[in-house]
Amino acid sequence: MKKIEAIVRHFKVEEIKEALTEAGVKGITASEVRGFGRQKGHRETFRGAEYTVDFLPKVKLEIVVSDDQEPKVISTIIAAAQTGQIGDGKIFVTNIDEMIRIRTGEMGDEAV
Amino acid sequence: MPANDVTPAPTTQPFVAADIAFVLIATAMVLAMAIPGLALFYGGLVRRKNILSIMMQCVSLTGLMSVIWLLYGYSLVFAPDLPYSLGFVGGFDFVAMNGVLPTNSESGQTIPAVGTIPRMSHFMFQMMFFIITPTLICGAFAERLRFASVCWFSVLWGTFVYCPVAHWIWSDTGWFSEFNTTNPWCKAFDFAGGTVVHITSGVSALICAIIIGNRLGFRQEPMPPHNLTYTALGAMLLWLGWFGFNAGSALAANPLAVAAFTATHMAAASGLLGWSLMEWLSHGRVTLLGACSGAVAGLVVITPACGTCSPLSALLMGIMGGAVCYLACTRLKNAFQYDDSLDAFGIHGVGGLLGAILTGVFATRMMKGGTEPLGLIDGHPEQILYQVIAALVTALYAAFISVILLKIIDSSLGLRVSQQAELQGLDIAEHGEEGYIFH
Repeated sequence: MKKIEAIVRHFKVEEIKEALTEAGVKGITASEVRGFGRQKGHRETFRGAEYTVDFLPKVKLEIVVSDDQEPKVISTIIAAAQTGQIGDGKIFVTNIDEMIRIRTGEMGDEAV
Repeated sequence: MPANDVTPAPTTQPFVAADIAFVLIATAMVLAMAIPGLALFYGGLVRRKNILSIMMQCVSLTGLMSVIWLLYGYSLVFAPDLPYSLGFVGGFDFVAMNGVLPTNSESGQTIPAVGTIPRMSHFMFQMMFFIITPTLICGAFAERLRFASVCWFSVLWGTFVYCPVAHWIWSDTGWFSEFNTTNPWCKAFDFAGGTVVHITSGVSALICAIIIGNRLGFRQEPMPPHNLTYTALGAMLLWLGWFGFNAGSALAANPLAVAAFTATHMAAASGLLGWSLMEWLSHGRVTLLGACSGAVAGLVVITPACGTCSPLSALLMGIMGGAVCYLACTRLKNAFQYDDSLDAFGIHGVGGLLGAILTGVFATRMMKGGTEPLGLIDGHPEQILYQVIAALVTALYAAFISVILLKIIDSSLGLRVSQQAELQGLDIAEHGEEGYIFH
């Protein structure tokens, strides 16, 4: 099993969710996060005083899938989240040792 | 009762209904500058943990200063000189509204008058200036002063700074009063309180910022305004209320009020442009906060001059005000590193001083009437000297008394909240309430 974490733009979340649902993904966890990548943030000016805002607001999606679903999920996210502009986000993939559905006690791929 | 049996009341009193109505409306407009105008303007500029504390200062000073004004404030400003005070301050003739309230006798009711309005409406109009002046200072010590100290400082400051200075400028016997006919040694023009309101409050604000010290983390962490939409709405209310502030100072619905009204608007408009232009040149873009700050700077600069200068001069004064106050709030503040949190000195102190001097340049009989030349452009350059003397004496006096008051309060009550309270925010630490309870 793999956990796919995608840091994406706010306005793309709905589109990504629909594409993933269509691709067979059963569950997504989303959270509001703040961060920066290579481009850093932007500058704000208040009465002549300048501030650098490095941490920009993004949404983090967490999706756990079976190993064979991984390539399709990743390509789906890229297709839906891409604008081509700086700040489109990142995808991280990690291995998951175990997964348990609390309601039934099912484990592994059964629980996905 | 048949109509011809009615004995007419004595009609010796010169009241004009239009003037009374105008001054009452102007009074309410000036109140709208302090609350909600200044409360929103300052409220948006502080961090979210201090929004209530600054609004509390605006609203509670409205209550506190009103009571002081009734008890003795009005008297110290507008009563004849206190005996042996040599014109320093008014006496106690009008204490507790004595001589302001109507009196009844067998010959009928007598209502004290100022010009064509009852003295009571003059009392109310001037009260609003007494409220807003110490409230302006709150911008300098925002986010760190104890609430009790704010109250004590404001009452003492109103008594020992505002009342004498207003007496000098506006009473019939004042040192710098243009109404002083008995001993007119330095007649400075201050139509609506550039010196009385803005120089006194602005200079005292600087003293407060220096003596109280910088906020924790000043210049080490960003302290951007937490809600500029409040600030913009507050600035717009200030602009609106300033018509009452300046035009109302004519104390009558007359052509002078119209001239002051027009000059006020033109200065605000061009002040906005002046500040924005400086931002454009320095940063390549203009900000809403800058536009609002510039409008307020223009309004400050025109306040002493609005009864004596033409709208075109007002336009020039506004642009200069916007540009100079921009430099004061950025370059000057950075150079000396004092934490005038919301730029009370940068806008009111610097704008007030500039306005006082420019009044000596642009005052003209074309607007004010009469035959005497008034300012530099009228062929009376000495007026600039009078303006500078009045402004400097006022500034030095306000600074000196502020230092004394702050030292007294610091050694008795303590000025500043604890570090923990400052980090927590004054809303919870001082008042036990929270501005934004939705998360």
